[in-house]
Amino acid sequence: MTVDGTDKLIDELVTGLKPVRSSHLRDRLVLGIGLGIAISAVTMVLTMGLRPDFTSALATGPFWIKFAFTGLLAGAGATAVRDLARPNGFARSVAIVGGLTVLAMTALAVSQLLTSPLGDYRRLVMGSTALACPWLIVLFAIPILVTGLWTMRTMAPTRLTLAGAAVGLLAGAASAFVYAFSCDESAMPFVAIWYGLGIAITTLIGAAVGSRALRWR
Amino acid sequence: MQAVEVQLRALMLAGLSGDAASYRALLGVAAARLRLYYARRIGADHMALEDLVQETLMAVHTRRVTYDRSRPFTAWLHAIARYKLIDYMRSHHMHSGVSLDDAGGLEGPDELNAATARLDIDRLLETVPAQTRELIQAVKVDGRSIEEVSAASGLSESAVKVAMHRGLKALASRIKRSE
Repeated sequence: MTVDGTDKLIDELVTGLKPVRSSHLRDRLVLGIGLGIAISAVTMVLTMGLRPDFTSALATGPFWIKFAFTGLLAGAGATAVRDLARPNGFARSVAIVGGLTVLAMTALAVSQLLTSPLGDYRRLVMGSTALACPWLIVLFAIPILVTGLWTMRTMAPTRLTLAGAAVGLLAGAASAFVYAFSCDESAMPFVAIWYGLGIAITTLIGAAVGSRALRWR
Repeated sequence: MQAVEVQLRALMLAGLSGDAASYRALLGVAAARLRLYYARRIGADHMALEDLVQETLMAVHTRRVTYDRSRPFTAWLHAIARYKLIDYMRSHHMHSGVSLDDAGGLEGPDELNAATARLDIDRLLETVPAQTRELIQAVKVDGRSIEEVSAASGLSESAVKVAMHRGLKALASRIKRSE
């Protein structure tokens, strides 16, 4: 390759130059990840449906705590995705928000256990869907993981594992948010453990896949 | 802020709003800077030098939406250049297919480490004033003598020593803070 070749390349790149809006990066991320969430939500409603007691659950605390827990984690994941999509992006503040959210959920779970008789522990921890819950969250996260990584690939992440983990956190938490419309478990320990596990597994998958899939072509 | 940064950032902003002439000027200056950047790291006569320059220009173009308009342009450009260099070295060694019992196989990671260490040094050096940086670069990195550097820069030998001492002290405290 020669310097002449570089001049020619510059000519090619400049030809047909299109303006770029400053909101372009955010718009593309919203579109890509939004598409994944939509697929996940439609699939969830068609296969599992809303929880049978949906309208009466609206008046209960746990119903909203599940959305707060998963929503805050999804927000932290989304911010991390936005930051890590740029070269040398970092996500320290996001780690703090995510950490505090997990801590708050753990505190709620522990305090519920401490104020309950021992005989209730099994029900509070295992509910009736403990073994299915994390896997369903991972399953419904797949569309978001795919569209999220796909979109991230067109950006310029330089910390690939971390960027993959951020996509995974967002996918897992958004999927858990969607899943909460169907799941009628309301014990805090159950949510902390099994929702947390589903989100954690998805985050790890994102990190593992991201370190390879996010390499620039 | 450096004059180059102000100039390049202005060109980039104009380019992002669709001004082809500014964008062409930007890519021209960027190509020259990248050529220097890679020449210092892999050698000016390296076969892959111009390939790396072109690949980086293409990445700059296709990924230009990731430039944050409120941040320095040169930092963004260098981050992309650095990624491309590491990526090149990694894939270069992967494709070379060196087996483990081949003594050459051990060079891969070492070279990469040396290169990233070099990159870290360069990044740190970018934080001290330009003149001090050149002095430190000449003496500590390129291994030239104080007399030579003094003759080349027109500063007295003691002035060179004092400037370097201050610069190194600033770097040391920076390293301590980042640990």
